[in-house]
Formats: sequence, C-alpha cells, structure tokens
Amino acid sequence: MRSLFINKSIFAVMQLAKEVKYLIHKEVLLEWRSKYTINGVLLYVVSTIFTCYLSFVSLGDKLTWNALFWVIMLFASINGVSKSFLQETKGQQLYSYILASPAAVLISKTVYNILLMLVLTTVALGFYALVFDTFTPPDLLLYYVAVVLGSISFSTVFTMVSAIASKAGNGGMLMAILSFPIIIPVLILLIKLAKNAVDGLPWENSYDEIAMLLAVNVIMVATSLLLFPYLWRD
Amino acid sequence: MNKTWWKILGSVLVIYTAIAGLLLGVPRLPILNETIRNLYFHVPMWFAMIVLFSISVFYSIKSLSSKSEIDDIKAVESVNAGIIFGILGLVTGAIWAKYTWGQFWSFDPKQNFAAISILLYFAYLILRNAIDEEQKRAKISAIYNIFAFPMMVVLLFVLPRLKDSLHPGNGGNPGFNSYDLDSRMRMVFYPACLGWILIGFWVYTIRFRIRTIENKQQQN
Repeated sequence: MRSLFINKSIFAVMQLAKEVKYLIHKEVLLEWRSKYTINGVLLYVVSTIFTCYLSFVSLGDKLTWNALFWVIMLFASINGVSKSFLQETKGQQLYSYILASPAAVLISKTVYNILLMLVLTTVALGFYALVFDTFTPPDLLLYYVAVVLGSISFSTVFTMVSAIASKAGNGGMLMAILSFPIIIPVLILLIKLAKNAVDGLPWENSYDEIAMLLAVNVIMVATSLLLFPYLWRD
Repeated sequence: MNKTWWKILGSVLVIYTAIAGLLLGVPRLPILNETIRNLYFHVPMWFAMIVLFSISVFYSIKSLSSKSEIDDIKAVESVNAGIIFGILGLVTGAIWAKYTWGQFWSFDPKQNFAAISILLYFAYLILRNAIDEEQKRAKISAIYNIFAFPMMVVLLFVLPRLKDSLHPGNGGNPGFNSYDLDSRMRMVFYPACLGWILIGFWVYTIRFRIRTIENKQQQN
C-alpha cells in the first residue's frame, strides 16, 4: 500500500516535470519566433540607462550608483515579467489549461521569466557599468550574486502578481500598484546586499541577506503554488 | 448578556486605560520622560491591527473554499477596520517621535515598513474596486490577501530586526521588557492591549452588519 503511494507520487512528479519541460519549450519557441519581449525589454532598459546617463552625466557617489541601478532594474523587470500573463490571449490560456496542470503552468512561467530576467539583468549591468564608468564595485562576484538573486525574486513575485492582474482584467496600472508593496521588502534586502558588494565587505557580512532572500523566495513560491490553482480555473 | 459581555469588557478596559494611563505613576527615564505613556496608546493599535488582518486572512482562506459572499464581506470589513488601527498606530508613533526623536518622520525602518504594510492593504482595496463581478472579485482579492500576508509579516517582524532603528526594542535601545520591570506599567499595558483588540473586533462586527444590511436592501 505504502509503496503504491510512493509510486503514485513519483509518477505525479514525473508527469509535472514533463509538462513543465514542454511548456518552457513552448514559451522559448514562441519567444524565439517573434523575439518581441526580449528585444523590447532590452531596448527599454538600454534606453532608460541612456536617459539616466544623459540626465546625470556622471554619478560621483557610489551609493547613488547602486540605488539608481536597482530602480532601473525594478521598472525594467515589471515591464518584462508582466508580459507573461497579461499578453496571453484567451485562446492561449485555454490551450495551456487543457494541456497541463496549474502548477506546471506557474512553474514553467516562473522558470521562463527567471531565464529572461537573467539575460536582461546581465546585459543591463554590463551596459550600466560601461556608461557610468566612474565607479565599479570592488567585489564584482558578490554584486553579480545580488543581481542573480534579484532576477529570481523579481520573477517569482511578478509572475504571480501578473497572473492576478491579468485575471482582474485591468493591465498595467494594477500590476504596478499590486506589486510595489510586495517587492519593496525584497528590494531593500537586495540594495543592502549590493551595498555590501559596493563597499567591498567580506562575504561573511552578507550571508544574512542571502539567506533572507532565499527564504522570502521559498515563501513566495510556496504560497503561489498553493493559490494559483484557485486563480487559474474560471 | 451572552453576546454583549465582551463589548462591555472592551469599553471598560479602554476607559480604564485612558484614565489610568494618564494618571498612574510611570518610571522616570531620561529623554522619554512622560512620553513613555504613549506605550499604552501606540502599541495596542498594532496588536488590534494584526488581529484584524489575521481575521481577514482566515476569512479569505475560508471564502476560497466556501465561495460564500458572507466570508468575503467579513474579509474586506476586517481589513477596513484594521487599516483604521494601522493609521492610528502610525499617527501616535509619529507624534511620539516628534517629542523624543525630534521629527515626525525620520528615516526610521520601523516607520517606513509599517507605512509600506498599510500600502499593501490599500492595494488590496483598490484591487477590489477594479473588479465588478462579485464572485470574481471575492476570489481574486482573497488570493491577493493571502499572498500579501506573509510579506506583511516579513515587513513588520523580520526586516526591522536586520536594520538599525531608533525604535524601542531595536538596535540596543531599551525595549518594553526593560521598563516592564516596573509592574505599574504592566497593570495598564496588558488591559490596554486586550481592550483595544476587543474594540477593534467590535468595530469590525458593526461594519460587517452594516454591509450585510446594505446588500439586502440592494437585492430587494
């Protein structure tokens, strides 16, 4: 009896993995055909950085350097990730609804958004450091860890919020209002972690923030997985 | 009498703490001086808010499975009542800060995070306004409420501990427990917390009853 239960749950997990793999493949393929989101968001972030460069000319203070980067990332990621549910047509949603379980849909969207954000933030960091070259973080590796953690957290939070906003049927503004209060604590932790890298502190000082960020992400993913099935069926 | 005893208890406790909190003796501490009495009026607001928001999450979870309109109204009305207490908590804190820290709003993590957690619930109310269809509104706003609750807990209880704050109980500043040794304060503080939680709950039940009556009138 017990082994039957274990077999069943292994089968369910394998089925979920299969669905997730298929859906990610679908997302990447669709994106690869049009290349709309990735190019759009990349151009958005590059233009924003360039606008900031033209208005600030140079950033003398390293704290301003850090803060400005995260503000740009926040807005770029809201625009990038919110596409995931808001852009889908009713037909596309119905297609994945018939094809896969809600958990698979959510996981695949989140993973896809993490991939998208990783590309976006890496390019953005490179361009940002190129333009505002008065300062580079002494601990680039730790700064990049903060950027990677930021991509993951932005994706997990914004994916669920964009699902809520899309079901409410009122796109852009609702997305911003709903996601800001949720993302601010994460953003504060990220800026703190990035500031440690900017100040060149040893890694031991940052373990608290890294652990907190991972914990927040686990909480967010767990609540999203619990709630998404209710949101998904109409 | 069965249904009203807790209302009488709440009123008596709040009246008692208002009088005793202003008249009874308090320990003499530098800088704080008489402002220490704010403890009786500021901290209970947050307790009442947390209790009301927890009630709201409980009914949001319930309404997701029961799909009943009553649970939805309970969830939104407890948020409405909780926000009142949250704003009162911010205001009493800011007035106290003016006399001890010198400014109504200094860049203190506790103040900032409390303000953000209030924003979270304003966003919840705006989300409700954005959706017209009742069933859909109940479902989606319940989901957002449950999704936001863990973040509010992180904001109010976890993050302020990581940051340096002037707020009592943070960053080496003496917390309530250190002047709690004075048992005179305990005699007022605990009744104040219980009294304000009961009053908050009473406000919520009144709002809930008004809303159900309004809904019935609209249906007829």
